[in-house]
Amino acid sequence: MEFIAKSPDGPIETRWSRHQMGLKLVSPANKRKFDIIVVGSGLAGASAAASLAELGYNVSCFCFQDSPRRAHSIAAQGGINAAKNYQNDGDSVWRLFYDTVKGGDFRSRESNVYRLSEVSVNIIDQCVAQGVPFAREYGGVLANRSFGGAQVSRTFYARGQTGQQLLIGAYQALERMIGLGRVRMHTRHEMLELVVVDGRARGIVTRDLITGAMESHAAHAVVLATGGYGNAFYLSTNAKGCNVTAAFRAWKKGAGFANPCFTQIHPTCIPQSGDYQSKLTLMSESLRNDGRCWVPLAHGDQRVPGEIPDAERDYYLERKYPSFGNLAPRDIASRAAKEVCDDGRGVGPGGRGVYLDFRSAIARLGENVIRERYGNLFEMYERITGENPYLVPMRIYPAVHYTMGGLWVDYNLMSTLPGLHVLGEANFSDHGANRLGASALMQGLADGYFVIPYTIGDYLARGGLTPLDTTHDAFRAAETAAHERVRQLLSINGTRSVDSFHRELGHLLWEKCGMERDRAGLEEALIRIPELRREFWRDVRVLGSGENLNQSLEKAGRVADFMEFAELMCRDALLREESCGGHFRSEYQTADGEALRNDEAFAHAAVWEYVGEDRPPVRHTEQLTFEFVELATRSYK
Amino acid sequence: MNRLVAVWQTTIGKKVVMALTGLIGLLFLISHVISNLLVFTEPHHLDEWGAFLRSLGPALWLARFGLLAAVLLHVVAAVQLTRRSQAARPADYTRHERQVATYAARTMRWGGLLLLVFIIFHILHLTWGQFHPDFHEGEVGRNLITGLAVKPVAIFYALAMVALGLHFAHGVWSVFQTLGLNHPAWNRSRMVISITLAVLIAGGFLAIPLAALFGVLR
Amino acid sequence: MKLTLKVWRQAGPDQPGRIEEYATEANGHMSFLEMLDEVNERLIAKGAEPIAFDHDCREGICGSCSLMINGQAHGPRAATTTCQLHMREFRDGDTIVVEPWRARAFPVLRDLVVDRSAFDRIIAAGGYITAPTGSAPDGNAIPVAKDEAEIAMDSAACIGCGACVAACPNASAMLFTGAKVTHLAHLPQGQAERARRVQAMVDQMDAEGFGGCTNFGECEAACPKKISLANIAQLNRELIGATLREASGAPRTSGVM
Ligand SMILES: Cc1cc2nc3c(=O)[nH]c(=O)nc-3n(C[C@H](O)[C@H](O)[C@H](O)COP(=O)(O)OP(=O)(O)OC[C@H]3O[C@@H](n4cnc5c(N)ncnc54)[C@H](O)[C@@H]3O)c2cc1C
Ligand code: HEM
Ligand code: HEM
Ligand code: SF4
Ligand code: F3S
Ligand code: FES
Repeated sequence: MEFIAKSPDGPIETRWSRHQMGLKLVSPANKRKFDIIVVGSGLAGASAAASLAELGYNVSCFCFQDSPRRAHSIAAQGGINAAKNYQNDGDSVWRLFYDTVKGGDFRSRESNVYRLSEVSVNIIDQCVAQGVPFAREYGGVLANRSFGGAQVSRTFYARGQTGQQLLIGAYQALERMIGLGRVRMHTRHEMLELVVVDGRARGIVTRDLITGAMESHAAHAVVLATGGYGNAFYLSTNAKGCNVTAAFRAWKKGAGFANPCFTQIHPTCIPQSGDYQSKLTLMSESLRNDGRCWVPLAHGDQRVPGEIPDAERDYYLERKYPSFGNLAPRDIASRAAKEVCDDGRGVGPGGRGVYLDFRSAIARLGENVIRERYGNLFEMYERITGENPYLVPMRIYPAVHYTMGGLWVDYNLMSTLPGLHVLGEANFSDHGANRLGASALMQGLADGYFVIPYTIGDYLARGGLTPLDTTHDAFRAAETAAHERVRQLLSINGTRSVDSFHRELGHLLWEKCGMERDRAGLEEALIRIPELRREFWRDVRVLGSGENLNQSLEKAGRVADFMEFAELMCRDALLREESCGGHFRSEYQTADGEALRNDEAFAHAAVWEYVGEDRPPVRHTEQLTFEFVELATRSYK
Repeated sequence: MNRLVAVWQTTIGKKVVMALTGLIGLLFLISHVISNLLVFTEPHHLDEWGAFLRSLGPALWLARFGLLAAVLLHVVAAVQLTRRSQAARPADYTRHERQVATYAARTMRWGGLLLLVFIIFHILHLTWGQFHPDFHEGEVGRNLITGLAVKPVAIFYALAMVALGLHFAHGVWSVFQTLGLNHPAWNRSRMVISITLAVLIAGGFLAIPLAALFGVLR
Repeated sequence: MKLTLKVWRQAGPDQPGRIEEYATEANGHMSFLEMLDEVNERLIAKGAEPIAFDHDCREGICGSCSLMINGQAHGPRAATTTCQLHMREFRDGDTIVVEPWRARAFPVLRDLVVDRSAFDRIIAAGGYITAPTGSAPDGNAIPVAKDEAEIAMDSAACIGCGACVAACPNASAMLFTGAKVTHLAHLPQGQAERARRVQAMVDQMDAEGFGGCTNFGECEAACPKKISLANIAQLNRELIGATLREASGAPRTSGVM
């Protein structure tokens, strides 16, 4: 597999502008002759589809939900970063760049991260112009808050619904183009295959989720913006439909998959309450601005939280990380919670939880201030748990939240497969081994609004794209393959439901490839996953037909892909013999339990190549160089 | 102008027409209830009022046509919107629990229909006299008293006035909403104004047939 | 707790449907959808096709979930989507009737799944601000009064779930449409298209076959995001304003009030 990062060199501040100057342009009259497929209508997909259509390209957009507005981006609560320095607190493009590279534990590409910081300011402008109702100060200017371990206030937000508002902004731009006939929107369509002709991505095969019809769509370029794969773990904060199918199918068609083991565990989620649990709910990280994490000092302390005096509480984050305290980055806060629970001091059912206590904040600021800041989050907590967090501390526990890994892309956001571009959470690019809070929204929109509109033109303008329609054999073959999978899933008629397999897989991954990993566990997982997969293909029960709306069938297809993909995650985790960011290998830690990176051997992105059904995938590497941010140990003490 | 026609085509436009015509009706009924209450003073005061109205000549006819047009528009819009609503939910729920819709709001259509029947009857009764047992042109007060002395008629009047009260209790509040007259500072007062008006107007009218039934009016 | 469910089952868009009864058990910590998941697991075990229902985020924000539960859109708890509704709201022995949203503009696709694309078309008709990528001035170039921004945000909180239509005795989409019109009318960026927007959106809303509004207020009571009736009043006001302005010959592109 060949892949060149196309990362510019020279002074980092001008890399993107110099690179842009070198990009070829498509003339306005020619743009409408190019068909572009955008799979996904989240922040990345909707912004890309709308922007590309505005430029004049012929765009078709796909999502599996009933409306593009429901993409999982809608669930983001906390906010979006931008280096506006409106607060005059010393923020700058450079500082955001620096924080992101460091926060990612030096496993991202400097050029990309700098560009991300650079265009972050344009994103806010764009969103404001679209009518995103960001929080404002009384004077009418935009408000900011500090978020997710940053020491400047650079996070823009719209109450606790930032993702929703940003997505609605992009969705409205997209709907405008749909209304004008410049984007053809296909809702309730799931991409099942990528079509490659002459080594280039030239189309997709989708299943119409209402009629079951397999449809081929041809184009000059394909953009995947299909989100993350956190649902491999079954229980996660992701929406139920989030999947790896599109990315995984692309991988099998030749696109490299980078760092699949980099998954983020979010520290503040509502703990699991029983076996029937279908998902975990995130409580915004912003709660840690005023809430304090603690567990009882004594093992097996069964008293209700209110009866435990301060002296008998362990405010473990404040104790371990005096300078960041409760605002320590996600990976660190998550692991600290796991540590105290493993120590037998966890609270709530099963001892898998820690308190997030607002008592001191309420005493200091008054209940009203807390209500104003977090009212809707407190309500949500109450709705789910039936407990009143103004009176009893919240119980939280870490949960899978985000996946830094994804399809490998070059500086132009093109995968190793020419013509296939990957945006948003689906690519591996900008967050390295750990994503900082409020930067996924930033990245999705940067990719969609301000990068792909330039870079895709370069690919198209370079030519060499033969005329082609869906009668081409490659489409027939892809359709047949997709049909065949559906037929197979329906014909097994075993004894176990899709969900039961998914649960089992998720549990296995959480135990062996979750917050903490080790060689023995990963090797075990690599034996058990294929067994489980074989059992799945022998014993899964998918009822009904493929000719209508069949939600079990949809799930089965996604779980089938997770079953294979999980193996890739474990393999990647096994071979990355270091700890960095969200990837914590217990063999590689410092004396006081912090992640121990190995920059000599692992300052690279691992890029996995699919080489056939019965052969192990091949690991390639993209060496990462750090010219501007000095490789250093992250410390939040 | 085109857009004015086009706006009639919209559901909102029809509602605005209903609100405006309803308001015209409301204004008429305010003056009507006040003049009718003269019957409790001296019946001939009513005759004088009637004579005064007729002395207006063309102006009266203009007002009559205005009222007629208002009722027609109101009814046409009501019928069209009702049919539209029925078409908007071809298959209904087996169970549908209303949470807040008031009795008044739910009876707008049937109540309105009752009012329509009442208006036709009422004009043939007290203006033209066809349904009146002993009609004397110009003797408004006397016609009223003898007309309502027929018990079933008085009962019908009373019922219609209850319907009118309900129609206004929701209708006046509804007018504010339809014309977009809302402001957080006085949104509560909208309901108060609405119910007060309904009680005053319908109550005023109601007093007359009730008085007839209980023999106060003779 | 033991429960009896009465669920609408319908094999496809043009197929006949009927209510089926299922006995099930649940505990108070389960969400309503988790309770349905369990029913489905048992149906699958018995070889019967599971009940289809829309859902995705399961945290009350995507607007996918729906369901008329005991005659109430999104069930008995105020300001709560079905996915956030927990079984502690029910009692042992309860019978729960579960039906799809019912409206001509929301045809049933299967069981409890309906097609809400009419909402997308209302937005496509005008529910946006034309601001092509790259054309924006600095975010702070135009100040927005905090109060106005808050009102805009209140309206923008709509999740497009369709409960307002489902609960409305007229199957009217006024609350949804009003929320978008109100959101954009309260921002300076939304002024240029203000008149055109409301006209186009109302035309599309009517074309989709929703009923008219008779100010029942059921929509507000059912709305999981507390979108208030003020949004309907504003929608009416915007349309009247736009019409009068146009009728008076003023350019349609300028603001209304
Ligand atoms: C609860 C929660 C809170 C978060 N909070 C924040 C925050 O405060 N700040 C922040 O920066 N980030 C946050 N994140 C992360 C962030 O929301 C996501 O990373 C980001 O929104 C992903 O956007 P996306 O466009 O890449 O993908 P998505 O929004 O997931 O969109 C994926 C799209 O692809 C489509 N799709 C997927 N598969 C297929 C297929 N096979 N066929 C067809 N279509 C398909 C889907 O329909 C959807 O339209 C949060 C995440 C979660 C889970
Ligand atoms: C108890 C209730 C009412 C009483 C006693 C009453 C009495 C009368 C009388 C006596 C007249 C004749 C006036 C005249 O000829 O000068 C009249 C006329 C009329 N009334 Fe009423 N009325 C009542 C309620 C209503 C209501 C509720 C409406 C409308 C909804 C209404 C509409 C009219 C109209 C349209 C006329 C004809 C006016 C004209 O064209 O001259 N009345 N009413
Ligand atoms: C002269 C008598 C009447 C008066 C004064 C009157 C007044 C009103 C008013 C003020 C409204 C509220 C309009 C709005 O929502 O903005 C209304 C609504 C309505 N009226 Fe009447 N009306 C009268 C007769 C009728 C008749 C005869 C009918 C039916 C045949 C009718 C049917 C309705 C209906 C269906 C509504 C809609 C309910 C609503 O919009 O909330 N009305 N009326
Ligand atoms: S207005 Fe409320 S009920 Fe209607 S779609 Fe929006 S959120 Fe749902
Ligand atoms: S319930 Fe229906 S009638 Fe109007 S106020 Fe709400 S849309
Ligand atoms: S499933 Fe997303 S709102 Fe209920």
